[in-house]
Amino acid sequence: MTTMIQVEHATKSFTMSYHRSLKQIALAKARGRKTHDVFNAVDDVSFTVQEGESVGLMGLNGSGKSTLLKLISGVMRPDSGSVLTRGRIAGLIATGAGFDTQLSGRDNLYLNAAILGMSRAETDRKFDEIVDFADLGKFLDTEVAYYSSGMKARLGFAVAINVDADIFIADEALAVGDRPFKRKCKKRMDEIVKSGVTMFYVSHAPGSVRNLCDRVLVLDKGRLAFDGDVDEGIAFLHYDDEDENDKSRGADDGLGADI
Amino acid sequence: MSDTLTSGTPASRRPTREELEAMPLAPPAATGLAEVMRRRYLLRMLVRNTIQSRYQGTVLGWMWSYLQPAVRFCMFYFLFQVMVGRGGGMENFAVHLFAGMVVVHFFTETFNGGTQSLIQNRTLITKLPVPREMFPVSRMLVSAWHTIPMLVILVFVIVLLGWAPDPVGMAAMLLGFSLTALLGLALGLVFSVANVFMRDFGKVAQTLTQFVTFSVPMMYPYTLVLAKFGEPIASYYLFNPIAVAVLLFQRAFWTGTTSDPSYTEALHLPDHLFTRGLIMTLISLVLVVLAQRLFSRLESRVPERL
Repeated sequence: MTTMIQVEHATKSFTMSYHRSLKQIALAKARGRKTHDVFNAVDDVSFTVQEGESVGLMGLNGSGKSTLLKLISGVMRPDSGSVLTRGRIAGLIATGAGFDTQLSGRDNLYLNAAILGMSRAETDRKFDEIVDFADLGKFLDTEVAYYSSGMKARLGFAVAINVDADIFIADEALAVGDRPFKRKCKKRMDEIVKSGVTMFYVSHAPGSVRNLCDRVLVLDKGRLAFDGDVDEGIAFLHYDDEDENDKSRGADDGLGADI
Repeated sequence: MSDTLTSGTPASRRPTREELEAMPLAPPAATGLAEVMRRRYLLRMLVRNTIQSRYQGTVLGWMWSYLQPAVRFCMFYFLFQVMVGRGGGMENFAVHLFAGMVVVHFFTETFNGGTQSLIQNRTLITKLPVPREMFPVSRMLVSAWHTIPMLVILVFVIVLLGWAPDPVGMAAMLLGFSLTALLGLALGLVFSVANVFMRDFGKVAQTLTQFVTFSVPMMYPYTLVLAKFGEPIASYYLFNPIAVAVLLFQRAFWTGTTSDPSYTEALHLPDHLFTRGLIMTLISLVLVVLAQRLFSRLESRVPERL
C-alpha cells in the first residue's frame, strides 16, 4: 500500500489577541489582564492514510476539523510535527474562492482552475465537461457579479469536482444549488469514490459518512479521539441517535443538506 | 501539487500505484518565489485579470490607460513650459518630470499594491493553497504593465522633440527599471506580510511613498540639491535608490531631447550614475532574497491572522 497522507504529531496553535492597539495592550497590562491566549486547534495528531482509503473526519464544532483539513490541503502549516502528502490534492474545499466578480464566468472558470493547479491545456480539455456540469447556459459569458448565488456556487463546484486529484478532500458545505444539481453532485461524488481515489471527507452527517467512507477519524478539542470503523466512530460521537431523522429525510440529504 | 498538472494526463484516469509511488511524500503546498515561477500560468492569469478588471464597465476600456497619462503630460507641459516658463531655465522640463514620474509611479504602485496584496486576497489565501508570494509578485507585474502606456506617450512626445534612441540610454532604462522592480518587490514582500500582523505597516508604506515623490529629482533637477545643500548632503541624497532610478530614466529619455545632450548630462546627472545603479540593483537583488526568507518565516501564520 502506498501512503498518501502521513500526519505525525501535527500541532497547530492559534493566538487569540484580545487587544490590538497600543493603548488597549497598555491598559490590559496595567490591570494585569491577559492580552492574548494561545490554544492548540490541532493537538499532537498522528495518522496515515493509504491509497484508496476513504476517510471521514468528524467532530463537534470547534474540534479542529477545518484546521486539520487546512493542514492537509496546505493552506496552513503545522507549528510542530509534520504533514506530508503525495500527489495532487483537490476537491470540494472553498469552491468558488477567488472568484473575481468583475470577470465573466468563462474567465473565472479558467482562473479558478488555475488556482486549483490545472494547466491551460487541462482546463481546455475539461472545459465542456465543467460548463456542462455548471449548467449556466448563456450566462457563461456574463460577469459573475450578475450571477445568482446558486449559479456562482454551481460554477465553483463544477470546476472543483472536475480537477483530477490523487487525494480528494471534501468539506461538508456541499449544500449548493437546487435538488437536481444536488443529485448530480451526489452522482459525481459516488463516481469519484468508486474510482478508488484516496478521499478525505469532513462531515457532520452520519448518513453521508456511512455512504462514502470506510474509516472514521474523530477529533475532540484538537486531539484525535477515535480512529477506526465507521459505525463505531459515529457511535463514539453519539451521532447515531439521530439516524431515524436522517433516513426519513431521503437519499439526497446525505450530501450536505444537513448543516 | 505534483508535476502531473503540466504533463497532461488523459481525463479522469487514475494513476497506477507505480506512478503514485514515484511521487514524493512531501508537504502539501510548495511555497517560495521558485514555486511562483513554476506556476507562472496562474501568475499570468492573475496579472491579466487584474489588468482587465481595472477598466471593466468603461466604454473606452484600455484607452483610459493612455488617456490618463496623456492628460497628465499635457498638464505638466502647460504648467512648466508655458506658465512657469522653461521650468526654471531647463530644457524640456516636462519630459524631465514625466520620465521621473514613470519610475515613481511604477515604484509606488508596486510597493503600495504589494503591501495590500495579501489582505486584498484574503478569501483566497485563507481557503486555498496558493504560494503567497504570488500576490506581491503579480502586483509588481501589473504595475510594470501600467508603465507601458506612460512610456508610449513619453516616447511619442520626445520623438517629436527630435529624440532618437541610443544604446547607452536604453541600458540606463533597463537598469533603472530593474532597480525599481526589484526594490519594489522586496519592499512589497516584507510589507505585505508585516501588514497582515499590524495594519500600521500599510500606513507606513503610504507615508513612505509620499516621501518618495519629493525625494527624487523629478520636480526639480539634481543640480538644485547640489547647489542648495552642497556636497555631503548631495551624496546622501544619491543613496536613495529611486533617485538613482529616476536619474537613469532621465538619461534614457530626457537628456537626448536637449540641444546638447552631453552638456546636459555633465551638468544635471551625477558622476558614476551607472556604477551606482548597478550596485543598487545588486543590493536590491540581495534584498529580494532576504525579503523572501523573512516572508517564508512569517507567512505560516498569515492565514489565521487575515
